[in-house]
Amino acid sequence: MIEVSHIHYSVGTKKLVDDISFDVQPGELLAVIGANGAGKSTLLKLLCKELQTSSGEIHIRRQPIGTYKLDQLARFRSVLAQQNTISISFKVQELVMMGRYPHFDNTPTENDKEIVKAVMTETGITEFANRDYNTLSGGEQQRVQLARVIAQIYDQPEGILFLDEPTNGLDLLYQQQILSLARSLADRGYCVVSILHDINFASRFADKVLILKKGRRVGFGSPKQVISCENIHDAFNIRVRLLDDEEFKCPLVIPSMVLTEQS
Amino acid sequence: MKNYGFILVVLTLILIAASALSVCVGAVEISASELWSIMLYRTGLSGDIQFSPQQEAVLINIRLPRVLLGALVGGTLAIAGAVMQGLFRNPLAEPGLIGISSGASLFAVMMIVLENRIFNHVLTALFGYYALSVAAFVGACITTFIVYRLAVGKGKADITTLLLAGIAINALAGSFTGMLTFISTDQELRDITFWNLGSLGGASWKTVTGILPFTLISLCTLPFFSKALNALALGESQAGHMGIQVNLLKKLVIVLATLGVGASVAVSGMISFVGLVTPHILRMAFSADHRLVIPGSALLGASVLVLADLIARTIVAPAELPIGILTALIGTPVFIYIIMAERKRRVVN
Repeated sequence: MIEVSHIHYSVGTKKLVDDISFDVQPGELLAVIGANGAGKSTLLKLLCKELQTSSGEIHIRRQPIGTYKLDQLARFRSVLAQQNTISISFKVQELVMMGRYPHFDNTPTENDKEIVKAVMTETGITEFANRDYNTLSGGEQQRVQLARVIAQIYDQPEGILFLDEPTNGLDLLYQQQILSLARSLADRGYCVVSILHDINFASRFADKVLILKKGRRVGFGSPKQVISCENIHDAFNIRVRLLDDEEFKCPLVIPSMVLTEQS
Repeated sequence: MKNYGFILVVLTLILIAASALSVCVGAVEISASELWSIMLYRTGLSGDIQFSPQQEAVLINIRLPRVLLGALVGGTLAIAGAVMQGLFRNPLAEPGLIGISSGASLFAVMMIVLENRIFNHVLTALFGYYALSVAAFVGACITTFIVYRLAVGKGKADITTLLLAGIAINALAGSFTGMLTFISTDQELRDITFWNLGSLGGASWKTVTGILPFTLISLCTLPFFSKALNALALGESQAGHMGIQVNLLKKLVIVLATLGVGASVAVSGMISFVGLVTPHILRMAFSADHRLVIPGSALLGASVLVLADLIARTIVAPAELPIGILTALIGTPVFIYIIMAERKRRVVN
């Protein structure tokens, strides 16, 4: 679905993305983790065609990304950005309908309206369908934006969803909800790529994890393969311990400082 | 969407009513039945003459072109205001703030003052009656382009820089206009004053046909950018992710808005506040959706200017108040109300 091979991107002499390769298949959720400034957002921009790679290839659905026009991409690939302030106030319903813009000319079809309704139910925002977006709380706004990007690819088999730190600034409940939703989308056959800050969330929800450090790839593989004390120390420069209990299907990371304090 | 259609129909009816009122009221009174009779007679539907020849002449040669000019100019200014606010993602943007009007004025004034001194009527010979419009249009484009270039960094137009650049370029254009005022003759000075206050007094069939192509292009093409401008409200990269070519959108909208506003300013001078306030009235009353606000602004702006012109030419009759005075007089309180309401909204959230 998405094949990335040896891509580079540099600004001046600074290499922001340095020889990164990975692939994501339909039905998979890829988590991209790494410290601040590791090149996660730049990588996402390259995948969105917002930036052009200096060298290397990105293939989407077996075609080079350069062969797609923006509106072609928009029909099967949607992106949830980190910053979502809107300059003009819209009703929640209108905002979610914007997700359908790439699919209709002037008037939404019945299909578009049904999709908007279904997505709003799924994301639990039906109750504020008629509220003004700017009057919602941060968590509610994030869910509305998520509903918009899901609506954009809802009826596309094997759609692609990019999420840039979707849990940023949200409380624990919303973080869980949003990642569960991302997980269920992947289970439905979408290809989901998400930048995450929380390693444990990445470990729990993702099929594959890509660890970045200073634009380079530290590790790529299943959470069990790549989330190790060495990799985490390499990427984040902190010492951690792994709880690999049978109870957990996935490794759980705990900063070792906390552990020493407890013991 | 069904709702929007209804609102637009109502706005169209308001415009028709305002126009009908405006063609009837003035020094020569025309009653509704006389208007109807003239219309039937002129369209050949009825041979019945229930009006005086003087009424017919006033209607056809004076009132009708004036109302048409008002509607075209008002509609264009308001639609340009609506797309500018959408494009720059800022509720306070309007053609005047980013230099379209002052640039058009400056070049129009240059045309008035310098044409016979430096260019020796070459331009008038070349462009004929369109020379002023062409000059104003070129001026509008150049200033807008400069303001836009100043504000663009890494492909993004920074709003604060944009407004500051607009203020700076407006001031610069103003000082050049001042210099031209200094060297102008008395007759030219009158013409320059006319630009700065705005008036539809120059209305004739010639001016109407002069600006018709320019304004029609703006009025007919800009509504097609409604969806893209809605997407742009989410952010520039977000719009890109939805398949919008943001840089192309910016260029097209600026060119198309500048085209109409440049031509409007060329024949009517600086008419303030119509472009700024009209879109806000629609947003506050109904919805911020550009699919309503853009065509709605054209219709409402046209009505507002037709009515403002009606007041301007009747309130101190037989003299005539420059319409720019009137629109600013009514526009300013509305504008202040918007600022206050906006601030209140921010505090609440």
